Amino acid sequence: MKEYKKYRKRLPLSLLEEVKEKTKDMPEARVNKILKEVHKEYRKAKVQAGESVGLVSAESLGEPGTQMTLNTFHFAGVAEMNVTVGLPRIIEILDGRKKIKTPMMEVYLKPPYNKGKDIKKLALSIKETLLKEVMSEISVDLANSSIEIILDKEKVKDIGATAGSIVKALEKQAKGTNVKKKEDTIIIKPKSKENHVAEAYKLKEKIKNIYIKGVKNIKQVLPVKRGNEFIIITSGSNLPEILEMKEVDTSRTVTNDIYEISRILGIEAARAVVINEVSKVIEAQGLNVDIRHIMLIADTMCFSGDLKGITRYGVVSEKASVLARASFETPIKHIINAALVGEVDELNSVVENVMLNQAVPVGTGLPGLVTKIK
Amino acid sequence: MAKRKRKNIVDVKNHVLIPKHKKLSEKDKKELFEKYNITLKELPKIPLDDPALADIDAKEGDVIKITRESLTTGKSIFYRGVISG
Repeated sequence: MKEYKKYRKRLPLSLLEEVKEKTKDMPEARVNKILKEVHKEYRKAKVQAGESVGLVSAESLGEPGTQMTLNTFHFAGVAEMNVTVGLPRIIEILDGRKKIKTPMMEVYLKPPYNKGKDIKKLALSIKETLLKEVMSEISVDLANSSIEIILDKEKVKDIGATAGSIVKALEKQAKGTNVKKKEDTIIIKPKSKENHVAEAYKLKEKIKNIYIKGVKNIKQVLPVKRGNEFIIITSGSNLPEILEMKEVDTSRTVTNDIYEISRILGIEAARAVVINEVSKVIEAQGLNVDIRHIMLIADTMCFSGDLKGITRYGVVSEKASVLARASFETPIKHIINAALVGEVDELNSVVENVMLNQAVPVGTGLPGLVTKIK
Repeated sequence: MAKRKRKNIVDVKNHVLIPKHKKLSEKDKKELFEKYNITLKELPKIPLDDPALADIDAKEGDVIKITRESLTTGKSIFYRGVISG
């Protein structure tokens, strides 16, 4: 296996493994020859210094993007849950939006829960439950200007709560009121002495939306079978709280909210999710973009250690050149600000040199000429 | 930008999305800078309070070596310079 060792530093791992696999029972001399050829081809395939990879990436992703616009509507909406797909999703990811349109999580479970044990109960316990979902009746008592709530016993049992725990939740969240439980009804009375009926009606609307149980922001849950285990797909995302649950497999549970990932799992995880999410959309549209282009974009977005979108507030604002920033969006703002602080443009990059009609530092324009004068 | 909340009660370092992070020794760091003729400034950054650095004793100015499972090359190595959050 000496031959392989020699090339370990020179060839990428996956390529070396492939050669190893295909030359399993060949004589050493032949393997050596093959490796040499592979290395030659590999070097030819490498990107040359000065190649404008960013431009190529932009074109490679931009062209399929023009086709996506038309397709978007036909693909919108996956069987059970509505998910942003197509161009709107790509824009959302690359802009690095903090609030995405349809946050979603894939919650993996630890055994024995991943084999379907109590899956329905578990799913319901994750879902955010509001008071209005577990009550069967709510009315305003005009005489006492208080509110009476009748709970739906079955629904309360389904989410694993009790009347007592609901009263506690109400006491905690509905401030300035007295909460009393009388048999099957819960009576809520405002503490203030002036008993306005209008106030009671206002309170009623507020109380309907009081959070009772579950994980906040999880609007919908859907247990599904993937491979040979059960996972829970949720609409709405709350990674930190889900990860704290003891039934959840913390090593595989993911969300499609990239900003949340960068906050909870760090910048490297965010990079991985950007790549996954973008390639997922492109694949779903039946398009074909080389993964390297997407990787380059993801690396750019995560360069500063913080997730930055490809917008004038994100990666573009980090450019060193004033002219390059001005050429993207809001040129007057950038030029005025640069003039105020006396910024210097080193003309090291492409756009500013195009503006000044000079050779751009790309490809053959990159190397300079140094002469030795005798 | 709003200060990030980075108080993790749960241990996330085993997550599949987080590649292996390792701090470079001073010697390796110097070698790296010499090999590529760069300074810390040119490296991509990682904030000090990044969750992936939770059990790495890193300080500002360190270099973190990240071993990624790459989709194209099987394994790829990446470096990030530590900056204060």
